[in-house]
Amino acid sequence: MPDRNTLLTVDKISKGFNLGPLRQLVLDQCSFELEKGRLTVLIGPSGCGKSTLVNVLAGYESVDAGEVRMMGEPIYGPGADRLVVFQESALFQWMTTYENIIYGPTVMRKRSRAEIHADAMQLLDKVGLTEFKDKYPNQLSGGMQRRAELARAMIANPKIMMLDEPFRGLDAMTRDLMQEYFLKLYEERKQTVLFVTSEIDEAILLADRVLIMSNRPGHIKHTMQIYLPRPRTAEIFTSPEYLKYKQESLEVLHAEAVKAFSAGSKAAADFLAGYAAQEKDLNTPQ
Amino acid sequence: MTSFNATKLQKTVLNRTLLRGVISIVALLLLWEIGSRFHFTFLASVPAPTEVIASLNKMISDGKFWKDWLASYWRVLEGFVAAQLIGIPLGLAMAMNRTFYNFMFSPLEVLRPIPPLAWVPTAIIFWPTTELSIAFVIFLGAFFTVVLNVLGGARNIDERMLRVAASFGSRKSDIFWKIVLPATLPSIFTGMAVGMGITWEVVVAAEMIAGKSGLGYFTWASYVGGNYPQIIVGMISIGIAGYLSSGLIRFIGKRATPWQRQF
Amino acid sequence: MAGRSKQPGKFAGVASEGAIQIRNVSKVYDPEGINVLAVDNCSIDIAPGEFCVIVGPSGCGKTTLLNAIAGFHNITQGEILLDGKAICTPTYTAPPGSERIVVFQNGALFPWSTILDNVAFGPVVQGTATAREANEAAQELLAELGLPDIADRYPNELSSGMRRRVEIARALINDPKVLLLDEPFRAMDALTKGVAQEFLLQAYDRIRKTVFFITHDLEEALFLADRILVMTTRPGRIKCSLNVDFPRPRTFHMRASKHYLELKAEIFTAVREEATKAFVAGERELA
Repeated sequence: MPDRNTLLTVDKISKGFNLGPLRQLVLDQCSFELEKGRLTVLIGPSGCGKSTLVNVLAGYESVDAGEVRMMGEPIYGPGADRLVVFQESALFQWMTTYENIIYGPTVMRKRSRAEIHADAMQLLDKVGLTEFKDKYPNQLSGGMQRRAELARAMIANPKIMMLDEPFRGLDAMTRDLMQEYFLKLYEERKQTVLFVTSEIDEAILLADRVLIMSNRPGHIKHTMQIYLPRPRTAEIFTSPEYLKYKQESLEVLHAEAVKAFSAGSKAAADFLAGYAAQEKDLNTPQ
Repeated sequence: MTSFNATKLQKTVLNRTLLRGVISIVALLLLWEIGSRFHFTFLASVPAPTEVIASLNKMISDGKFWKDWLASYWRVLEGFVAAQLIGIPLGLAMAMNRTFYNFMFSPLEVLRPIPPLAWVPTAIIFWPTTELSIAFVIFLGAFFTVVLNVLGGARNIDERMLRVAASFGSRKSDIFWKIVLPATLPSIFTGMAVGMGITWEVVVAAEMIAGKSGLGYFTWASYVGGNYPQIIVGMISIGIAGYLSSGLIRFIGKRATPWQRQF
Repeated sequence: MAGRSKQPGKFAGVASEGAIQIRNVSKVYDPEGINVLAVDNCSIDIAPGEFCVIVGPSGCGKTTLLNAIAGFHNITQGEILLDGKAICTPTYTAPPGSERIVVFQNGALFPWSTILDNVAFGPVVQGTATAREANEAAQELLAELGLPDIADRYPNELSSGMRRRVEIARALINDPKVLLLDEPFRAMDALTKGVAQEFLLQAYDRIRKTVFFITHDLEEALFLADRILVMTTRPGRIKCSLNVDFPRPRTFHMRASKHYLELKAEIFTAVREEATKAFVAGERELA
């Protein structure tokens, strides 16, 4: 099954917490593949296990069942071939932007100082942070910190780059800007990317393929290929294809989101389901 | 309408608070002076501020007074520095190595609750000279504080930063020098500042009990000699001396951790 | 507004109640002698039962307006009327009461009380109902809002989304004329937020009280509002008003409709200018 284009195979992984009666299954027989050079987006309601999945793929956590294989070989622990950009800034607070960016290559000891410096300066320019290279993270705004983290991950040229809701919490303008930066970086380097988000529009804008995750215990509920041309810009939001993709993903995601939201009251879930079904008759989508 | 000026607002607020502080202190001093002069209840035997100032003037020109200052500072330095030199590496080693941590944890936990001053009799028996006994007790006070703070700081390092470092294939030495040490630095300085406070308490107490020099001894001797204004001079001196040393640590700490500044 | 043909329940708003008039309101803050103009000459007319949403960049004064309506502070100029009665003027502030209730962003439920006790809290504490009456009313209201089976649970047992709904119930039981919400769903991720908005609308559809809602999320504003008011950066003025003519009840399907996209583009242009100003003013995030 794995062909030359498949970089990462996630093979029926399950993971849970606690034992016995308190056991909570977070991931349940989750399977999918990442193709080389493609941007895959993972979207799902909160608590569905997306972050756990990223931790597992990055090697920070282990699985209870199933296997993760990279180019046929099972993965053991963290490595520079699978880097993560987290939701909240994980920049080293005691290092400047520049020092943060050169950290990876410096400890990997594979390139010369001069090379690393040149690379760092180039990336700083790409993400628009050249003037801020000697500032500390707490001197940078949220958006700038995210950009610095992107640069820090990209300079190491990981085979797989994973981003866990990296633009969450940013206001609309900053978010738009960050998506632009990211698309630029991606479309230039064509790295294999796994991007986790909870915003449908963001997913459609960025993805080659969208994986929709179910509510806990999580598995891939639905896959959607996005056949929109690159480079992607905000123009796509006016295309009829976008509307179709949005409707398709909304249907699936809404159901899962309601389940997640109503955790704790089954009656609430049924109630809303009934309400929505009734109103669908009154409100035909245009 | 004028635009919002945050710095100006802060300065105004600060000035008002400062003014209020100064006024209240001056008022208290006045009350104290009056109460003392007119033998108001318990203030009858307390020397008035003016008497204290007079005594202070006399002491400033007395060479022996400054010798006492030096003696206290010297003791503080000895015990404190020893505590940092042993405590900081110990704390860091415990943070980096699980086995070592488990090994050291129990004895430390058992000894820690004993207040430093409770060690005085044991110290006197154990060490050949009085000076060494005092130094030992001082050492203990600062030692436990710094180890605790170092451990606390090291264990509170954001796990995601460690994960990022691990992903990059950092060696153990990289993790230590580039991640754990700088991340723990703020806690180290906190430990030092708190430890300094404890150190001064112990020094003063030890000097009062068993010393023949130093500010604690000076204060006690003033009491024994019936020179009450001098007692207060002693107290004020100890306060200032302690404040200066903590201030120095805070200053160095701020310099060493530039990323913590509020920008 | 297309409404459901349903017998107005016990908690439904009276059709003529809850009109808010904000007339030439300005608010100047005066901390330690420095004047800050937070709100500049705003005038808004809110009809009874209308769902009115204010959007604007952070710090633009929207919360100030809400606080003035709620009675948490006075205004420097102008007046605010509720059903013709002045509730906020430069010299008078009607004390905050159950007529206009605020659902806070961080307003937490009491973790030591059951859901039922939490909801019944208002009337009991104000003495407007006995404990038994309040509990009965709370049960009914919870059922009305689709939460019949959680009365005996504790807040920690519920998801954060559910807790939000309980907070709304806790506000509604006091039979306010106006419900004030200040970015209540701010911290939620997009998907959960969407569901929370639906539940709010569901409550609104049944009860139809006047709602004054603040947000910086344009999609949220479009989904919820009858009318959107765009506020400028500080000093806050009403820049423009947008009618959202989507029929009610609204469901998530609306978000993928053509008309919705058109409205979105419209409001985006209106807000963009202000957002850019705020953005340029320091690359600071609203979140």
